[in-house]
Amino acid sequence: MDLSIAGILLLDGATSGAVYALLALALVLVFAVTRVIFIPQGEFVAYGALTLAMLQMGKLPGTVWLLGILAVLAALRDAFGAVREGRPAGRIAREAALSLAVPAAVTLLALWAAPRQLPLLLQSLLTLAIVTPLGPLVYRLAYRPLADASVLVLLIVSVGVHFALTGLGLLFFGAEGFRNPSFWDERFQAGPLMLSGQALIIFLVSAALIVGLWLFFGRTLRGKALRATAVNRLGARLMGISTEGAGRWSMGLAAFIGALSGLLIGPTTTMFYDTGFLIGLKGFVAAIFGGLASYPGAAAGALFVGWLESFGSFWASAYKEVIVFTMILPVLLWRSFTHGASDDE
Amino acid sequence: MKHLKTWLATTALAALAAGAHADVTIGVSVPLTGPTSALGIPSKNGISLWPATIAGEKLNVIVLDDATDPTVGVKNARRFVTEDKVDLIVGSSATPIAIAMSDVAAEAQTVQLALSPIPLPEGKGAWTFRLPQSTAVMAIPIVEHWKKTGVKTFGFVGYADAYGEAWLKDITAQATAAGIKNVGVERFARADTSITGQALKLVGANPDAILVAASGSGAAMPHKGLVERGYPKGKIYQTHGAATLDLIRVGGKDVEGSFVSSGPALVAPKLPDSNPSKAIGVRFIEQYEKAFGPKSANQFGAHAFDAAIVLEKIIPMALKKARPGTKEFRAALKEALETVGRIPVSQGVLNYTAADHFGFTPDTGVLLKVVNGDWEVVK
Repeated sequence: MDLSIAGILLLDGATSGAVYALLALALVLVFAVTRVIFIPQGEFVAYGALTLAMLQMGKLPGTVWLLGILAVLAALRDAFGAVREGRPAGRIAREAALSLAVPAAVTLLALWAAPRQLPLLLQSLLTLAIVTPLGPLVYRLAYRPLADASVLVLLIVSVGVHFALTGLGLLFFGAEGFRNPSFWDERFQAGPLMLSGQALIIFLVSAALIVGLWLFFGRTLRGKALRATAVNRLGARLMGISTEGAGRWSMGLAAFIGALSGLLIGPTTTMFYDTGFLIGLKGFVAAIFGGLASYPGAAAGALFVGWLESFGSFWASAYKEVIVFTMILPVLLWRSFTHGASDDE
Repeated sequence: MKHLKTWLATTALAALAAGAHADVTIGVSVPLTGPTSALGIPSKNGISLWPATIAGEKLNVIVLDDATDPTVGVKNARRFVTEDKVDLIVGSSATPIAIAMSDVAAEAQTVQLALSPIPLPEGKGAWTFRLPQSTAVMAIPIVEHWKKTGVKTFGFVGYADAYGEAWLKDITAQATAAGIKNVGVERFARADTSITGQALKLVGANPDAILVAASGSGAAMPHKGLVERGYPKGKIYQTHGAATLDLIRVGGKDVEGSFVSSGPALVAPKLPDSNPSKAIGVRFIEQYEKAFGPKSANQFGAHAFDAAIVLEKIIPMALKKARPGTKEFRAALKEALETVGRIPVSQGVLNYTAADHFGFTPDTGVLLKVVNGDWEVVK
């Protein structure tokens, strides 16, 4: 172990840590607003990477059909609920049309664009447009009916959603892996370190997203409403903040961050339909560092997990997973001793 | 009629019961979901190419998914032997699961045709016969090439499971016998996204050749990791689990000029006519690609296809001794496998004996080189 090897490992750890940081932020965001431990976050990462891979091959990605089916199901549920409440038919039809507008537009766009082999950037934007609406739809169908249940029930629902999405991923993308082309092929030499353009993009996008989220939560009304829901659900509702809207927004953001992470790591990793789960799990370990409440804590935890993984794979490669996941135990011990039990649930 | 329903039910039951005894029932457990589905789905495709009858007996094939989970594999095996009363078990394509199933097969005294080259401890595996070549047989062309090209040291990076372990043992034993030293062993999990740390350490030891023990398109990741660290592509060797076009598709330029040890099935058209596997291999590729698309043929489908060829030889032999569905039939199948002698299949020539349940002769393996996105046989 000399300085150059340590440098390479630090850089590699920081690159994966940046992606884990994005996932950890999404997990903390969703947990804070909806108290859902969002295990399917990793699936959005896989969907993002594999949807782009399918578009690269000129095929229509199966996620488009998932989007359509979920949108129709959500619209039907809303319509039945409105009929039961006795709302006028015209209004019901109008609301259904509005909720179906965006998914329908995205589906038509994908059908038009898929065989055309558009440039990489446009295909990436299309991927984001396809995967992001899945977040609010999953919330509407899986979590909203149980929104007031305990954290444990919501966790079990998350596990169910994870299995469903993984199975659908196998159906849409098959069992083999894919690699996407790099966004930026340059390589920068700094002594023994070699920084690839892709790694640089990962760092920049992560930093931009962290700053963007900070501005969103600090400066915009919608962001403050989300924070209010996170602090106290009932109080927020009393103040006129729609908790359901907050849930949809947080899951929409989580899906967006997940799809973006998938686009970022697609070129450096062979993505299979089930690769997302392990990445999401490591993001979860990072989020635990922040106690599932603190964003800087989660980001710091993600860097730590990335470095731990990097050095662990150098020194004891057969035990790398063991080391990373065993870290949860001392961190949980430390947090429970220093912070004690909270009186809210 | 007063008891119409009862009569109908009895007749139906009698018809079913009679029908069941005339079939040869085969239970197949393969990973159709989970991390090794890339091995299981082609196996299932190969099984769909099986004939409907063998020696006048209808083949009743039950295919179950074991989801890359050894406990599910054992559950499937138990269900096969207790409920479905199968005459033969086929599975699994993933090494750890097939090992777990071998215990159930031995307990129920039912032949298991494993679709992965599973290593079993001494005294176990009396009822398990492997369809893929053993790692020991597949290591021979690699070590031969090393001897020919003057390799003195080698490194190893492979799965942290039974497949990687089997390869490590066999390649180290053969290489040491040839005077080639092992200078580095690194492991990684199937689901890992990169092997930077492992690659750094291994390339730092500067071996003359590196063996990557992984399977399917997952073998591209460690290969690319090594090339990224500056290791020359022409010195990287892959195992027969990676002898699939998916490796070339995902690996791209980084696998050009690298070597892969493989059975003869995938390069059947390029083999000399004297090779006994050539005709069968060509037939397999034709049938598989007709059913599943061009360039889709792979070694996992070939092993499943070979199972049918083996069955076509042993079922007639066993039928002379007993009827399907009986304990004697299952024992007769085992005896047939051990005494039938040479069976040419698409992946080589099988020759099981009572002592050797791996079967493939030592000259089965071929060394392939990736040239311009396709395979080339190395003489």
